[in-house]
Amino acid sequence: MKKNWWKILTVVLLFYVLVMGMVGRVPRQPILNETVRNLYFHVTMWFGMVIFLFTSLVYAIRYLRSNNITDDDKSAEFAKTGILFGLIGYVTGALWGSATWGDPLPKDPKIISAAIAMLAYFAYLVLRGAFEDEQKRARISSTYNIFAFVIFNVLIWILPRLTDSLHPGNGGNPGFKIYDSDNVMKPVFYPAIMGWTLLGVWITTLRVRIKNLDRKLSEV
Amino acid sequence: MIPLKRLVATVVLLLTVSMNLLAQQAASQEIEMADRLREDGKIWVVVGVIALIFAGIVLYLVRLDSKISKLEKKIH
Repeated sequence: MKKNWWKILTVVLLFYVLVMGMVGRVPRQPILNETVRNLYFHVTMWFGMVIFLFTSLVYAIRYLRSNNITDDDKSAEFAKTGILFGLIGYVTGALWGSATWGDPLPKDPKIISAAIAMLAYFAYLVLRGAFEDEQKRARISSTYNIFAFVIFNVLIWILPRLTDSLHPGNGGNPGFKIYDSDNVMKPVFYPAIMGWTLLGVWITTLRVRIKNLDRKLSEV
Repeated sequence: MIPLKRLVATVVLLLTVSMNLLAQQAASQEIEMADRLREDGKIWVVVGVIALIFAGIVLYLVRLDSKISKLEKKIH
């Protein structure tokens, strides 16, 4: 139970976010109206994705230094959770966009970049599936992971800022701060990032444990 | 010739109608939010549904977690 305190924190944080996200006070903005609440749900998915993919990179580098196969397991599972959050972020963004921008997938540099970045990680999964030998798969996919993370960051942080974009904080647009000028959303937004990220970590640890069990069973 | 009384009545009528229109325009210029929804208290129904779904997912995760823990104990 001592090791599980953060799971309770996850549930408490997310419960708070779900309730306050629906009934809490939000700034009044034209066009956005009540959809500004998606900040707690859609935007946090992308925050979670970046955190998971970074963790995946850290474990990939650890594997390359240690050759310990459990590091590769963790790296792969964090990447998978990151991809899951990315897919959810993409779908929720399409729904939000169809209500506010009038198009689920407008030709926005950030949306296209995100799609290409996701493809780089789909390629990672395909690459992993192409190897029979465990150590070979781990070594090559860990190396690819470093490459994919660099491409991912260039695509989602740098390129959309060089051109015009609908997303706040990109292409000369002001950041999200202008929508929340009196800081009423931050007390829900920061717990939301923490809560959703912790939920993803929880799911990842479950998958890593199943992988460990599977490995132990096949050794017997 | 139109009687004066009727003329005045018509002007007053037109004015009141146009005032009404002006008032409506002002109302629509305000930013719409789901105020009524929360005034009615019905938003809590949605919050309740979301909370129940979330509770279900958490329960599922907790059970999955404990099942994996049991398997780990069996194998170690």
